Amino acid sequence: MKLTGSQILFKALHAEGVDTIFGYPGGSVIDLYDEMYRQEGIQHYLVRHEQGAVHAADGYARATGKTGVCLVTSGPGATNTVTGIANAYADSIPVVILTGQVPTHMIGKDAFQEVDITGITRPCTKHNFLVRTVEDLGRNIREAFHIARSGRPGPVLVDIPKDILQATLEEEKISMAVNLPAEPSRESIDGACAEAISLIKASRRPVIFVGGGILRGKAVSELRTFVDAVNAPVTASLMGLGAFPGTDPRWLGMLGMHGTYYANMAVSHSDLLIAVGVRFDDRVTSKVAEFAPNARIIHIDIDPVSINKIVKAHVSIISDCREALQRLNTMAGGRVLLSEDQTRDWLDQITKWKRAVPLGYCRSDKIKPQCVIEKLYELTKGQAIITTEVGQNQMWAAQFYHFDYPDTFISSGGLGTMGFGLPAAIGAQVAFPDRTVVDIAGDGSIQMNIQELATAVHYNLPVKVVILNNSFLGMVRQWQEMFYGKRYSQTHMKQTLDFVKLAEAFGAVGLRATKPEEVEDVLRKGLETPGVVMMDFQVEPEEQVYPMVSPGAALTDMKLGNLRQEAD
Amino acid sequence: MDIKESVISILASNKPDVLARIAGTFSGRGFNIDSITANITRDPRITKILITTHGDQDTIIKIEKQLNRLVDIHQVTDLTSLGLPLREMMLIRMPMTGENQDKIMEIVDRYRGEVIETGAGYGVLELAGNKEDMDNAFAALEQLGIDDFARTGSITL
Repeated sequence: MKLTGSQILFKALHAEGVDTIFGYPGGSVIDLYDEMYRQEGIQHYLVRHEQGAVHAADGYARATGKTGVCLVTSGPGATNTVTGIANAYADSIPVVILTGQVPTHMIGKDAFQEVDITGITRPCTKHNFLVRTVEDLGRNIREAFHIARSGRPGPVLVDIPKDILQATLEEEKISMAVNLPAEPSRESIDGACAEAISLIKASRRPVIFVGGGILRGKAVSELRTFVDAVNAPVTASLMGLGAFPGTDPRWLGMLGMHGTYYANMAVSHSDLLIAVGVRFDDRVTSKVAEFAPNARIIHIDIDPVSINKIVKAHVSIISDCREALQRLNTMAGGRVLLSEDQTRDWLDQITKWKRAVPLGYCRSDKIKPQCVIEKLYELTKGQAIITTEVGQNQMWAAQFYHFDYPDTFISSGGLGTMGFGLPAAIGAQVAFPDRTVVDIAGDGSIQMNIQELATAVHYNLPVKVVILNNSFLGMVRQWQEMFYGKRYSQTHMKQTLDFVKLAEAFGAVGLRATKPEEVEDVLRKGLETPGVVMMDFQVEPEEQVYPMVSPGAALTDMKLGNLRQEAD
Repeated sequence: MDIKESVISILASNKPDVLARIAGTFSGRGFNIDSITANITRDPRITKILITTHGDQDTIIKIEKQLNRLVDIHQVTDLTSLGLPLREMMLIRMPMTGENQDKIMEIVDRYRGEVIETGAGYGVLELAGNKEDMDNAFAALEQLGIDDFARTGSITL
């Protein structure tokens, strides 16, 4: 029996266990969509813009740990995915992007809807393929999934010319076996782990700093055991939120530009920084020369490129985080590496810092955005999956929603993509239809992919959108206030848009709060109302995110606003 | 740290986009390629690519790590420390008349080159050697009037 390329592609997707695709049809993939019409076991979600498809697949991948899949047509369909691909690449998220391409004999002839998408995405994919023959198709798809999820995960694009989808091949000639060069062999980590153990034992002021590698590497319980053995406080990058419980007394909160005072102070005064699954992003280190100046650094990461790229490691363990932590835990042998006595002074000092400058904000007669997040945390009992847009809304979400569980904070870390939150929430809701999924948004970024509200309503995905509406591009405005003499150049979004009516136009429910006393009621009603709900919180327009480390300054050099007074 | 010339040997899958991926890895990270040569190995599925670049030890290690991340790359080796000499090759076409022929042949002999083609009033020279010798030979021949030339990147083992 002969199979068409389209049938082979679905056979490969079935073999990978794919049951969910986010996509948008077009001329080059019409054969694939025609075959999908007959296929069972695959649910396709028709997004409203291809960027939304990649972000949704990305959100789905972050929420489930599986590889997200999106499918788009050639030309503009493919180019519209580029931001989403770069976003997944920056945060190491496994996504497979299937793009249609003009027929093989038309490639290079400036055909209708032709672009060199493998050329365009080469620097922002982990790998990509232009499928050359129908014989290669099944194998290339399997290879794409293998590459996307192995090692440090990332997006992989497969570009498939239309004639290859139409071509046929005898079933017995179909090869699905992955045939890729072997990965470079790695040294044993035993020696480095032993060195790490002795550095830990000699330390008196340790800090554990975790990132997305813990979540991607599914090392959450191994981390818990390790923290117990080291008796150290724990901080995280934005990508690491949820890797360690946000309500644990050893939790320091986030590190970096908008990290907590005590996390930044602890790292700056530590004598040992144990960095696990992080890449020392500039939003974390700020001034590298003064980052953790007194600390030995143990760096565990799966990607050799991350080691010594920004911060020199005294001991480097190139490994999957789970494997490395398991090895360290085994070496510790169930005993503590540092006793409470040995770290007592250090932990006392940290408690002092925590009391001196806790996270907080001043109440006023206007709605404070931080208060909305706090109330959301209370009402959802910390059980919601939170996605965010980018900017102040994202930082307040990171600071005031105490993430206790892995894969519940879904945010664009590396690329900082406005418009990520809503489609990502759709992806997460598809994965977990019965959980509460909330997109914390700003009035600027929600408009970047607002069309996806139609997708959510179409599939009855009951995503809740919380807009912290300050009529500003808030984070840029904050920089303009602090560093550019309050010249608010092009950051005021005269917000004539009625978000309640907009929600209704999409077939969703719209709610609005304009006063502090309305916040709880609106949130409660929004969370209880079935279906898609968009809540417009008209907040204090010129609220700042504190603490803030000025760009390029040392982490100890924080602008604290009125946080310090709070403690007195 | 010391900036020095390094030679990186790459074994990669013989695919149309491999060179673009390697070049992109250099350009995207701000590394410069001084010279590049490529040839198919005894296994026709594998290409050997030799790249010379300048950088300190840290930069070279970063380049190696970045290259190792590419899926189609089988092996990356820094050949610099092995200390084998680098060689390159030139083809030079220039007028050869009775007047300058002796001078040209003297240079060709000095650098152990040969004349691989002669025609009406011109000749094509082939020269191979280390970079310094090639620079010197070229400078000497330039004074006698070079029409056109081609020069390869450096190779070593």
